[in-house]
Amino acid sequence: MRYVDEYRDRAAAGRYARAIARITTRPWSIMEVCGGQTHSIVKYGIDELLPRQITLLHGPGCPVCVTPLELIDKATQIAARPEVIFCSFGDMLRVPGTSGDLFSVKAKGGDVRIVYSPTDALAIARQNPGRQVVFFAVGFETTAPANAMVVYQAHAQRVANFSVLVSHVLVPPAIEALLSAPDNRTQGFLAAGHVCTVMGYEQYVPLAEKYHVPIVVTGFEPLDILQGIFMCVRQLEDGRAEVENQYLRSVRRQGNLPAQELVTKVFRVVPRKWRGVGEIRQSGLGLRDQYAAYDAEARFGIAAYAVEEDSECISGEVLRGVKKPHECPAFAGRCTPEHPLGATMVSNEGACAAYYRYRRQDVTAAVVAQGD
Amino acid sequence: MCLAVPGKILTIAGDDLLRSGAVSFGGVTKQVSLAYVPEAKVGDYVIVHVGFAISIVDESEAMQTFEYLKQMGELGELEQTS
Repeated sequence: MRYVDEYRDRAAAGRYARAIARITTRPWSIMEVCGGQTHSIVKYGIDELLPRQITLLHGPGCPVCVTPLELIDKATQIAARPEVIFCSFGDMLRVPGTSGDLFSVKAKGGDVRIVYSPTDALAIARQNPGRQVVFFAVGFETTAPANAMVVYQAHAQRVANFSVLVSHVLVPPAIEALLSAPDNRTQGFLAAGHVCTVMGYEQYVPLAEKYHVPIVVTGFEPLDILQGIFMCVRQLEDGRAEVENQYLRSVRRQGNLPAQELVTKVFRVVPRKWRGVGEIRQSGLGLRDQYAAYDAEARFGIAAYAVEEDSECISGEVLRGVKKPHECPAFAGRCTPEHPLGATMVSNEGACAAYYRYRRQDVTAAVVAQGD
Repeated sequence: MCLAVPGKILTIAGDDLLRSGAVSFGGVTKQVSLAYVPEAKVGDYVIVHVGFAISIVDESEAMQTFEYLKQMGELGELEQTS
């Protein structure tokens, strides 16, 4: 496929890896923000191509992983109602709530449907005027334009049986929360290329300056990631802390202005709780008052529901780059993708699931060797 | 979750927020909203996320990853020989 295959070229990847080795003189810890990048890194073994001084930390950029427990509980409560058709992206279905996940609701007869796009959910609402159709609107800035569009259209076309359960999060406040934490280890960032395709990257300039960290907007294919790491290491070695753009073929400095315009029309910035991290101020999106009628929490009277996490899961530390998945005692034993204790094991883009899928044998061998 | 895939626009229909088109992803064709890429034309490649095109692929910038490598290679050889 054009614009995909050429960025997976093995020989070019080797040249980038050698170039990184050539310029690296000291140990550096670099965090890739987005779960899609984590998945690529572990799948293609990009971390194993790098010199030993470079440590890649896996960041919080997986919306499935950071959706708080109480939102999952709200989803299962709404989905269990007989009048509801609950629509969601597929990877939210196995995220464990307090008492089960959306798959278990479906198994008990709930009408839970996997959709590819929020527009599919709006179409289902039009086709089923006698039912309540709810879309689980999760995501980062990348997904916000799609979710804003369906709310805007539902309002314009008076699709009264449609609503959204919103759990939208924003990247820059999360980066700031990581950088200001006392146990922060991250010295440079690969920012998420598709988030920046929508939002641009000017928001990152004050962060790079305030915390003196290089931030490189980076794509998702192996060569993108290797080039992003090269650019980041070169800044670190030079003592620079600038925002650079590796993913030039998709990201413009200002982002996608028509998309930002509709997002701003439909959503406002609100505080959000991140699973495993806690509440981060001004880190999420919620519906504006004008669209409050499409808020599923209000429609089903569950806005006030709250619950505290109680689990041995260390996903919070994994999401902040403080620990690696295999440092968890439950990893690949009590916690597997089939029976996850926490969300980083659920999503394909969660660091724990990526390690389980691509690194389990290495990790198990290492654990066995330590035990000997 | 933020997975987005490049595809080639085959047809375009509708206006403004209802602008959409058929986009080919390596031979598999899907209907995609083009509302957020108003300047996109038939034949352009767009980056598509959950059924919405979020950018037009810049063909000249797409080569930059390989040109960068070329420049770097020359630079590296210079460093090694000096």
